Amino acid sequence: MARRAVIDAALAGLVAAALAFPMLGFRLVDSATGLSLATRFDLVLWAAGLVALGRLGLGLLRASTIGISLSLPALPNIRRPVGWVLAVAALALPLMPFADRNLMDKATLVLIYIMLGWGLNIVVGLAGLLDLGFVAFYAVGAYAYALLSQNFGLSFWVCLPLAGILAAGFGVALGFPVLRLRGDYLAIVTLGFGEIIRVILQNWQDVTGGPAGISGIERPSFFGLSFKASAPEGQQTFAEFFGLDYSTDHRVIFLYFLILILALLTNLFTLRIRRLPVGRAWEALREDEIACRSLGINPTLVKLSAFALGAMFAGFAGSFFATRQGFISPESFTFIESAVILAIVVLGGMGSQIGIVLAALLLVGLPEWFRDLAQYRMLAFGGAMVLIMLWKPSGLLSAREPTIRLGERA
Amino acid sequence: MEYFLQQLINGLTLGAIYGLIAIGYTMVYGIIGMINFAHGEIYMLGAFISLIAYLAATTIGGGSVAVALMVALLATMLLTALWGWTVERVAYRPLRKAPRLAPLISAIGVSIVLQNFSQLAQGARVKPLPPVVRGGFTLMQSEDFAVNLSWLQIFIVMLTAVLMAVFTWVITRTSLGRAQRATEQDMKMASLLGINVDRIVSITFVMGAALAAVAGLMVTLYYGVIDFYIGFLAGIKAFTAAVLGGIGSLPGAMLGGLLIGLIEAFWSGYFSIEYKDVATFGILVMVLLFRPTGLLGRPEVEKI
Repeated sequence: MARRAVIDAALAGLVAAALAFPMLGFRLVDSATGLSLATRFDLVLWAAGLVALGRLGLGLLRASTIGISLSLPALPNIRRPVGWVLAVAALALPLMPFADRNLMDKATLVLIYIMLGWGLNIVVGLAGLLDLGFVAFYAVGAYAYALLSQNFGLSFWVCLPLAGILAAGFGVALGFPVLRLRGDYLAIVTLGFGEIIRVILQNWQDVTGGPAGISGIERPSFFGLSFKASAPEGQQTFAEFFGLDYSTDHRVIFLYFLILILALLTNLFTLRIRRLPVGRAWEALREDEIACRSLGINPTLVKLSAFALGAMFAGFAGSFFATRQGFISPESFTFIESAVILAIVVLGGMGSQIGIVLAALLLVGLPEWFRDLAQYRMLAFGGAMVLIMLWKPSGLLSAREPTIRLGERA
Repeated sequence: MEYFLQQLINGLTLGAIYGLIAIGYTMVYGIIGMINFAHGEIYMLGAFISLIAYLAATTIGGGSVAVALMVALLATMLLTALWGWTVERVAYRPLRKAPRLAPLISAIGVSIVLQNFSQLAQGARVKPLPPVVRGGFTLMQSEDFAVNLSWLQIFIVMLTAVLMAVFTWVITRTSLGRAQRATEQDMKMASLLGINVDRIVSITFVMGAALAAVAGLMVTLYYGVIDFYIGFLAGIKAFTAAVLGGIGSLPGAMLGGLLIGLIEAFWSGYFSIEYKDVATFGILVMVLLFRPTGLLGRPEVEKI
């Protein structure tokens, strides 16, 4: 056994050396005299050695009789309480002594992704439609708010539903022709659609500001109370009204609560709609489209509703993103964002609401702490995606409960 | 007329490159039914490896461009194929029986890893290579516009044609090709008949990666600049080409590639360069609406 592991490791090391030889062994140097090569073969040896060692460790681990179990404990029945505990913890977070501005910013970011994940979960997790261009609706929401507020002076609270409706409209417009297609074609069309939206945002200079984006987007107010240092004549700021000393933290905390509420609304909506006929139809359609059709469910209509609702939540999240950043540009809406959101849904275990929270914390929250290692951050991110999939192919929390069953649970 | 001819030539060259990448998508999709998202990245690696191999070959071997190109071509195909093999072995094979989305997410992860790996290993800046193959001849000459056909364009189209011929021969005439087609039709039945399915899938990835490597070499020579990000867009377009031609069909992939190349060339030539990607996807959506199986694809029969 051990002998086999050693041979296996040696082979893995050889392969790694061959892989690393061109890409790591040489470096393209661009100088005044043209392109030339520099060598650094020590890196190849390092790569080969590390891979061989890792492979040896893995091989010995597998060969050993001890066999450690690398699985999460099953927790079907405590999920509900866990959800409540998480919600309360999220509500209490800003009151904690360690909650500084930095932490709140990161928590807000994670919550945006949780909300996007929950929105996409309606499309991918419940209805089983593979959407690779979800970020397009997020972009529609963000630009809708930014443009409406800049051109027509509408406030955030008016724009929020408008952005949602607009995004849902885009969802319907895109979904209507393509939802008849089979899963993988749908994936590529949505991907194409995401790219089209980005290209248009980038090139339609007059309206969207092109690559420079839109800056100076209006911040939201708290029932008409702004979070600025001083209010215009006849109005009050948040700090004045409540007799507090002005602090920029107020807005950060307000934004945190805002996205928390939006996210929880998304969650509540999903949980409730799963019990309505349309929610049941989504899940039934995901499991067996032919059976659904023979039962008189119109697949296109049902899919379209999932698509539109998912897009609507992305639109909400998008306008929140715009108001939080105060600046948006096509840069923020690349394919990689769609991939991250999809990864959150799939890694979380499709259809699992808490799984999505876990995956968002893991994929968005964790890398935020390692911002200093920016270069290696995305490398580790991609690696983590692969490893989690290899480890748990159906997601972190994947025990999928049927939402309805005939008779009592045994 | 002259302008039209020039765009036709440019489009065919571009289309040959897309077609070569599209074959990798279409074969993998045909055999294991997954979108190999990392295939565009394999092509990007091919471009980098070809650039490095070419430079290394000219440094060691002296002056001859032709010899250096041949060495670079072979080395690139070999090393990139190894990358393709490794990706399949590490990231996809363990997920063969997993839910449908698992390999896709894994593939997106691989794509992110390869992109960032190349950025770290070779730097983020674009790598310019001065033209290696110069010259060509003028086909047509009017007062203010000359239609040029460069040696490089001839080389690209010829090489693609040769590779396609070899490839078609392998798939239709050899026992390996027969095993591949059998695995594509029914993996379980093929393995019952004594075909090593894992090996066939590996070989499919190796073939796809080798062709993508050739495309990478061609792009390096043709455009003269590469960076770590080229894989993404080329990957999407090649996949579009595969779908356009009918996924799973080899001639379809080539036809789709040529069409996408032509659409792109004519759109940028006559309308706007900025929106050429929009045109590609617009056509894709139209094809899927009116002919969901692609141009040369077989209609899929759903069995209960």
